[in-house]
Amino acid sequence: MTIQFNDETFRDDYSFHNSDRAIQRFPFPFHEDSYMYSVNMERHKGGPEGSVYEMRFDVDEHYLAEMKDRAMVLAEDPLRCQSLPHMTLAGWDLLELIMVSKSEDYPDLFELHREGSNWRWINRPMGIDQSFVFMDEASLPYGPMEYITRQAQGDFCILDQRDDNLWMDAGMVTTQADWSLDFDIGMNFFEWHAPVPKAHEMGIFVRALKFLLNIQQGSPARRLNWTLTVNPLLDTSPENYHKWGVQKTTLTPENLGRKQHLRVELQTFFRLPRSNALVFPIRCYLIAFEDLVSVPKWGRRLHRVLRDIPDELATYKGFIDNRPMLVDYLSQYDDGAETSPGVWPD
Amino acid sequence: MSAGTDKLAVTVTNIVPLNDLVTRFEFQRSDGGELPTFSGGAHTVVEMRDGDITRLNPYSLMSDPMDQSTYAISVRRDDAGRGGSLFMHNRVRVGDRMVISYPVNLFSLDLRARKHLMIAGGIGITPFIAQIKQLAATGGRFELHYAARSAALASYADELTAHHPNNVSIYHDDQAQAIDLVHLLDGQPLGTHLYVCGPKGMIDWVRAKAADLGWPREAVHYEEFLAPQSGKPFEVKLALSNKVIEVGEHQSLLEAIEAAGVDAPYLCRGGACGQCETDVIGYDGKFIHRDHWLDDEEKASGKKIMPCVSRFEGKTLVLDR
Ligand code: HEM
Ligand code: FES
Repeated sequence: MTIQFNDETFRDDYSFHNSDRAIQRFPFPFHEDSYMYSVNMERHKGGPEGSVYEMRFDVDEHYLAEMKDRAMVLAEDPLRCQSLPHMTLAGWDLLELIMVSKSEDYPDLFELHREGSNWRWINRPMGIDQSFVFMDEASLPYGPMEYITRQAQGDFCILDQRDDNLWMDAGMVTTQADWSLDFDIGMNFFEWHAPVPKAHEMGIFVRALKFLLNIQQGSPARRLNWTLTVNPLLDTSPENYHKWGVQKTTLTPENLGRKQHLRVELQTFFRLPRSNALVFPIRCYLIAFEDLVSVPKWGRRLHRVLRDIPDELATYKGFIDNRPMLVDYLSQYDDGAETSPGVWPD
Repeated sequence: MSAGTDKLAVTVTNIVPLNDLVTRFEFQRSDGGELPTFSGGAHTVVEMRDGDITRLNPYSLMSDPMDQSTYAISVRRDDAGRGGSLFMHNRVRVGDRMVISYPVNLFSLDLRARKHLMIAGGIGITPFIAQIKQLAATGGRFELHYAARSAALASYADELTAHHPNNVSIYHDDQAQAIDLVHLLDGQPLGTHLYVCGPKGMIDWVRAKAADLGWPREAVHYEEFLAPQSGKPFEVKLALSNKVIEVGEHQSLLEAIEAAGVDAPYLCRGGACGQCETDVIGYDGKFIHRDHWLDDEEKASGKKIMPCVSRFEGKTLVLDR
C-alpha cells in the first residue's frame, strides 16, 4: 500500500484536507440517530480492510503534517510531554509496541531490525534511520516514550495500574480536546474524569475502570469519542484556549460547511507487558461538515444527533452557542428518510 | 464484555524435579516463535486435558520476564487436591503440547517503590523469582525473606542466595527459624513496598502486622490463589443459557459451566480477581463462599457467587449466566 502524504497545516492558513479515500474511511461514530454516553468498548482486533480499525496504529495521509504540528507544539510548550520517573520502563514498552506493530503492519514504510538489545529503526516517511540499544536511554535523542510518540499520530497517555485504579503518570498530549496533561498528571481515573457531566451518575466510569483494569496482554480494546472543532485544529488545549476559543465565534452559515469539523477520537487500550501499565492512544480524525454530508446517511444522522443531544453534553463539548446554526445547516441534508443501523455508509 | 485472555500453543521442553514436592516445567512456543515478555508477578493459566475433564490452573511465571524463548512454572504436588497438580506431575511429559494463557499480572511491583521488601512462604516463592530478575535487570532495590519447611523443600533457595547473597534471607521451620516480622517492618526506609505470597496464614499474619504498624494499605501487596476444593455434587440452573448442569465432586462450578459450553469470564481462577462474579437469581440452600473478593455483607446477601472457587449445598441454585 502506498500512501500519498498531504502537504498541509493545522494552523494559520488551515490547509488541512481529506482526500476522497480519507472521507470514505472516516470513523463516523454514530451507530444510531441519537447519542448518549455508554460503556462503548470492543476488542481491537483489526477491522474491515482499509478502515481505520484494520491496523494496531493507523497511519494515513496526514502523518507527516501531524508530526510537524506536534514538533511545533512541543517547541513552544515542553510540558505537553511528561513522564514520571517510575514510568520509563512503560516508555520502552510503548516504543517496542509501536515499532513492532508499524514494521509488521506497514513494512514498506517502517523497518525494525533486532539483534539482542541492539536495535535499528527505519522510518522512511520521516527519513529516520536510528540505531540504538533497547533499554539504554542514552542511546536515543529523547526518552523512549517521547522518541516514539514524535513519530506516531495521536496523543498517548500511559497509565500506571496500582491500588485497583489507573494513574496518569506519563503522556504525550498535543492534539487534545480541551484537557491538559500538565493539570491531570498524577491523577487517577475518577479524578481526571471529574469534569464530565452525567457519566458518573450513570455508573459509566465505575464499569469502564473495571473493564480497563482487566485488559490483558494480547487483547487490546477500543472505543470512539467525539466532539466538534471550528477550523481543523489539532491543538485545542486549555493552555491555548485564548487562541482557538474565539474562533468559534467566526462561524457563519456561509463558511460553516468548510470551517466546522467533526472531531472523532479512536481510543485504544493496550496492556504493556514489561511494566504492566496500560497505554491509551487517542487518535484524532477531523472532517469538515461539507465533506461529511457527501455521505447522505452521515448527513441525515448527524443532523438528528446534534438536534436531540442533551444540553449538558452540548455545553461540555463546547458547541451549545453554535448549535442552532449547525442544526440549521445540517437540516438541508436531512430529508427525513430512515437511516440504516450501524456506522458504515449505505 | 469480558476482557478475557488470548491463548498460546506451547510444547513442554523440560521437566526438572526440584525436591519431593516441587517440579519445574518449561515451555516454548510450538510454532517456534517468541513468547510475549511479561512483568514480574504475572501468572499463566495452564489448560490440562484429563480425559473428559478440562482443568485450568493458574501458576506464577518464574522465568526471566525478558526471556522470550522459554517460560517456566513450578508446580507443588498436592496429593489431597482435585488432581491438577497430580496431572502435571504424573502425566505431563517432555514434548507434550499444551495450551496456556497470555500472562496476566495481579501481583505486580509498584515501580514507584524506593525498595521492595518481599516475604515468601513455600511455593509462594515463584512470583518473586521473576520479580527479582526484573529488578536485577533494571537496578531496583529489593530484600527477600523466604520461609520453607526444611532446607530440602526450600526450592530455589540456593540459587537465590548464590546470586544475591546480601538481599536474601532463608528461614527453615524445622530448625525453628522464623521471620522477625516486627523488627523487619519497623526498620524499613520511607517509600518501601511490602509484598507477601504464601499460605493464607502467613498472608494474614503479615497484613495484620503491617496494618498494626501503620503501613499504608497501598504499600502492602499480596497474592493468594486458592485452589478450588472438592465437595458434594450439586445442580445449577443457568437462566440466560437455559441449561441445567451438574457440578461434580472434583469439579469447580466454573469448570462445570464451561463444560456445558457456556462462556463465562475469568482471570485468576483462584478467588482473587473478581472477574468471574456471577449474580444469583434464586436459591434454596447454603453457599460455601471461599473467595476473598466478595465482602462479608455480599456473601451473606445470597446475591453473588464466585464460581471459580465457591460451591453450594442445597436444593436449587439459579444463576444469571
Ligand atoms: C485509561 C484511559 C482513559 C483516559 C486516559 C481518559 C481520559 C479522559 C480525559 C482526559 C477526558 C477529558 C476530561 C476533561 O474534560 O478534562 C476524558 C473524557 C471522557 N472520557 Fe475518558 N479516558 C479514558 C478512558 C475512558 C473510558 C474507557 C471511557 C468509557 C466509557 C471514558 C469516557 C469518557 C467520556 C464519556 C468523556 C467525556 C468526553 C466528551 O463528551 O467529549 N474514558 N477522558
Ligand atoms: S476468576 Fe478470579 S475471582 Fe474467580
